[in-house]
Amino acid sequence: MCAKKVTQKPTDVPTTGHIWDGIEEYDNPMPRWWVWVFYATIVWGIGYTIAYPAWPMIKGATPGLLGHSTRGDVAAEIKQFDDANSAIKGRLVEADMSTVSQDPELMSFAQNAGAAVFRTNCTTCHGSGANGIEGKGYPSLLDDDWLWGGDVENIQFTITHGIRNTTHPEARYSEMPRFGADEILEKPQISEVVEYVLKLSGQDYDAALAAAGEEVYLDNCSACHMEDGSGDINQGAPNLADAIWLYGGSRDAITYSVVNARFGVMPGWNDKLTEDEIRAVALYVHSRGGGQ
Amino acid sequence: MAILDKHKAIETHATLLMVLSLLVVSIGGLVQIVPLFYLENTIEKVEGVRPYTPLELAGRDIYIREGCYGCHSQMIRPMRDEVERYGHYSLAAESMYDHPFQWGSKRTGPDLARVGGRYSDEWHQDHFMDAKSVVPESVMPPYGFLFNREIDGRYIESVVKTHAFVGVPYTSDMIENARADFAAQADPNSDSSGLQSRYGAAAVPNGADVNVRNFDGQPQLTEADALIAYMQVLGTMVDFSTFTPDASR
Repeated sequence: MCAKKVTQKPTDVPTTGHIWDGIEEYDNPMPRWWVWVFYATIVWGIGYTIAYPAWPMIKGATPGLLGHSTRGDVAAEIKQFDDANSAIKGRLVEADMSTVSQDPELMSFAQNAGAAVFRTNCTTCHGSGANGIEGKGYPSLLDDDWLWGGDVENIQFTITHGIRNTTHPEARYSEMPRFGADEILEKPQISEVVEYVLKLSGQDYDAALAAAGEEVYLDNCSACHMEDGSGDINQGAPNLADAIWLYGGSRDAITYSVVNARFGVMPGWNDKLTEDEIRAVALYVHSRGGGQ
Repeated sequence: MAILDKHKAIETHATLLMVLSLLVVSIGGLVQIVPLFYLENTIEKVEGVRPYTPLELAGRDIYIREGCYGCHSQMIRPMRDEVERYGHYSLAAESMYDHPFQWGSKRTGPDLARVGGRYSDEWHQDHFMDAKSVVPESVMPPYGFLFNREIDGRYIESVVKTHAFVGVPYTSDMIENARADFAAQADPNSDSSGLQSRYGAAAVPNGADVNVRNFDGQPQLTEADALIAYMQVLGTMVDFSTFTPDASR
């Protein structure tokens, strides 16, 4: 219960007239400040539609006195940064890629710009540290193993056109035959050649099978992977004689690769990135540690 | 202010208040909505945009069924950071054949308006199987079951027909061949010339050829094929060399 009795002095404010359960409602006017703010918003609203694009007419909306354009703002903002960097971007586009590293200022720009491009576009497959995903076909860009060449021009070409995609006509292309699935090799031959590849890469192998596998290898594999298994960057044929594996170097993984072949695809980027961005990211990748 | 004093009549009649409120709201709505149907710059003319192929359309239905829009938008806003990250801001013309559009307002994952061609089909396979295997910080759930659900396009003709009914310019030729095109797109060894003649570069001014690949890397045609085919076409249709932005937008 209320300790103190609430009393209301009768006033001369009129009531709305309706009563419910003995409760009446005063008919006070709206507070003046509220009413004036309300009127002000109406005036503001009219002014706003005059200043900014608003009213629909027959062919288009009124453009507004201030000439505001969201798209124009974006274009202007991007242009501001483009203009600020245009000189150094121009130098990068003109530069000889193999000698950029001797120009500290240009190299510094390319490193920073390239890192930004890499983070936005490349990390999804090659990892945020450029270390790829081992065994899944996303190569590490930090090591000395290069499928299509690790000098800066080759990296630039690969980024520009991509690998084995169907959208860029100049994409790097090669296709390993499916030795098992298309029955090019017999099953025993596949077991033999896998042992030979294990031998080439310095892993544990079955000597008898590997000896038989050498001939299979020389007849079927050496044209691309070379007799010593060192691979061929002109055909994107991986080096089989080292410990770095694109799709895994276990007996099972190699067998799968021989039976079904691999067909790693990389998109081309010349329709998404500008020439200076491609050059910057190529220099960035080249300088990650594995560049040749 | 005599007219304002009459306001009491409205305030004290619930029905009158309701009818007049409805009227005011309707006017507000009509002024905003009706002009969009006749203004010429509502959908700016661009070249290259074509209706989805039957397989892409099926992929889109799977995208909607799985609620992908709950985390992914398909609208790059005209802001510098978005344009720098995702590419050119989205145009109305790019979703004019979308029923319903997938603009979205929630981005737990990235915007997908221009995801087409950014990643390889293998990446999409890995990513749908287990997103964390390629993007360790991802919170996207796995969708591996899509690779086990075979589809044969038995209803695709009706789906295409329905889209034609709501205004997507599918020709009778496209409708008749919907099921054949559906299967042809995911089979690189098939004769896809019919598909290309209806949806490819020959059929669309400044268009590009339809991606014909084995999208899911499996011999059978699955929902993953359809969804990856849809992913790979997103945002790739417009030929921006034919686009001049309207100044007053």
